[in-house]
Amino acid sequence: MTATRFSGQDGRRDHQAQKAPNAAAFHKLERSERTALSALAVPGLLLIGAIALAPIAWLFWLSFRDKSGFTLEHYERLLHPTYTLTLETTFQLSLLVTVICIGLGYPLAYLISQASSRLAAFLMLLVLFPVWTSLLVRCYAWLVLLQRRGVVNSWLQDMGLIETPLRLMHNFTGTTIGMVHIMLPFMVLPLYATMRSINRDYMRAAANLGASPVKAFWHVFVPLSLPGLFAGVIIVFVLCLGFYVTPALLGGGRVMMWSMQIERNVTYHSDWGAASALGVVLLAMTLAIIWGVGRIIGFDRITGSR
Amino acid sequence: MKAAIGKGSAISLPISIRNVTKTYGSFTALDDVSLEIASGEFITLLGPSGSGKTTLLMVLAGFIRPDSGEVGFGDRDVSLVPPHKRDVGMVFQNYALFPHMTVAGNVGYPLRLRGVAKAEISDRVQKVLELVQLGEHGTRNVDQLSGGQRQRVALARAIVFEPRILLMDEPLSALDKKLREQMQIEVRHLHHRLGMTTVYVTHDQREALTMSDRVAVIDRGRFRQIGKPRDVYERPESRFIAEFIGESHFLAVSVRGETAHYRDRPLQLAEPPRHPSGQQFLVVRPEKLRFVTDSEDGLNVFEGTAREIVYQGESTLLYVDLPDGAEIAIRQPATSLGQGLPAPGASVRLGLPAGDTMLVPGEAAP
Repeated sequence: MTATRFSGQDGRRDHQAQKAPNAAAFHKLERSERTALSALAVPGLLLIGAIALAPIAWLFWLSFRDKSGFTLEHYERLLHPTYTLTLETTFQLSLLVTVICIGLGYPLAYLISQASSRLAAFLMLLVLFPVWTSLLVRCYAWLVLLQRRGVVNSWLQDMGLIETPLRLMHNFTGTTIGMVHIMLPFMVLPLYATMRSINRDYMRAAANLGASPVKAFWHVFVPLSLPGLFAGVIIVFVLCLGFYVTPALLGGGRVMMWSMQIERNVTYHSDWGAASALGVVLLAMTLAIIWGVGRIIGFDRITGSR
Repeated sequence: MKAAIGKGSAISLPISIRNVTKTYGSFTALDDVSLEIASGEFITLLGPSGSGKTTLLMVLAGFIRPDSGEVGFGDRDVSLVPPHKRDVGMVFQNYALFPHMTVAGNVGYPLRLRGVAKAEISDRVQKVLELVQLGEHGTRNVDQLSGGQRQRVALARAIVFEPRILLMDEPLSALDKKLREQMQIEVRHLHHRLGMTTVYVTHDQREALTMSDRVAVIDRGRFRQIGKPRDVYERPESRFIAEFIGESHFLAVSVRGETAHYRDRPLQLAEPPRHPSGQQFLVVRPEKLRFVTDSEDGLNVFEGTAREIVYQGESTLLYVDLPDGAEIAIRQPATSLGQGLPAPGASVRLGLPAGDTMLVPGEAAP
């Protein structure tokens, strides 16, 4: 070895150092770079800790406290039918909204992904436009549209489809319509991103191998779009579980969601402990759902990293 | 369609391409292209990128609808037949293996679509996987395979349903050189064994010469020359062909009737010029030249100055400047017999045997 020529008659350590020149220095450099990179993340981590994790911890703590100290009273109260019924409504509504979002969002995302780039940009603008508008404004707009003498009812009457106005708001129907409208972009965006990344050659290959367009769609396109669908389902469902504004406005107090129980406990009863327990349960359910879906289909699919 | 082509055989079908034109706006991808491909033939569409070779393949597969023209497989006019009813095998450039299916799932997919019974599917899949030397890999996922293995799976999927026509779109371009050359031989053997009519697209002229029964050189949407590999290489019809296939240098010559003159000296030619007059070029390929001391009969001698030596491993190139500013090169194989090359600056005499002369017109023949 040429290295031995330099070390001459020196000891073994020197010999080894010569065989791998600069190894220690490179190792040190690597470590200091890693430390520097971690240090850069510290401000962000502190911020997240302060504004996200600390309140959750506080919430968690509160949910186990009353005036006398530790208690499970807040959680025991959740077994009361008022709350179990609310939980049922919340899940029903979230599931229904998610299913409708799939039904409307999948074809829409497919259309955008197959459209020419100019048309796709225009359609995407239409999808995103509502997101840029105030949530409250959109809910009040639905109130105007859906009320007894609103636009929708008068159209339906003018067309002779109905005799008497339908009850479209202050009930489950109205809440569903409003929430679907709010949630649809959250379904379309991940779906579209996934669909656009599906190479056209896959569909061509399927056709070449003998698959009719319909078969190619179900055998190849749909399976390849599933990661986007799962991402959309998770986002929409989880957002629905904790949704407050739209059910409160369009439900008119008749559709009781979990989030509204939290609000009632805080504003009417000033009961932070009970509200906190509700919050903890909601968080736990959300995490359980994400974990469950993740177990079934893999976490990398939910985060879209595959 | 009343085709003037041979009757279909059990394993292969002739292909007839007639007056196919395809334009994209003002760009003409295919300009009134016609080609008859014999049953069982291995033909290569060779051309630079953007020449229209892939477009033509896509027309055959049915993915691109031409503006006009006819495509026939055997006695069947498929011009208006959608891709999934054409029954041709195809290997895509990026393989297009379905990532959500296993190797066996991919290869079995065309059989599944044809309603073949499950037991028979697994039987045939196994057989074809063994044919491409992947018998053990049926249960693997596609992303666990190397590039060469994916290539074989794509090939297996394209031939498992025994199509009579196989289309291949630069299937080896993603492989490294050694693997590519190995796969060239394998694909060739497979073609010999299975015998389906094969249309192969490539921009690699060496690959085209190695693999094909016939080479169709395409440029700017038109065929420039169609012929056996040897003919295309040894008898290029235009300067474009001579430039695109093999290494060539060009010397401007003037043709007067039966003779051609380079710098007022008559050249000894293999055959009289095919085009009787005007500006033409003598094609000088490096491997056709040799060092000479005296002028002999049947030898065209060029005197010049050695300029640069380029070592290429199996051979060495010496670039020589001619007095009129033109450049030619001579290739010396790397054998111990070869004498040392002249140093740059030395004057050299190079001989081109009359039998190795080729004259081409200046512009590509229309």
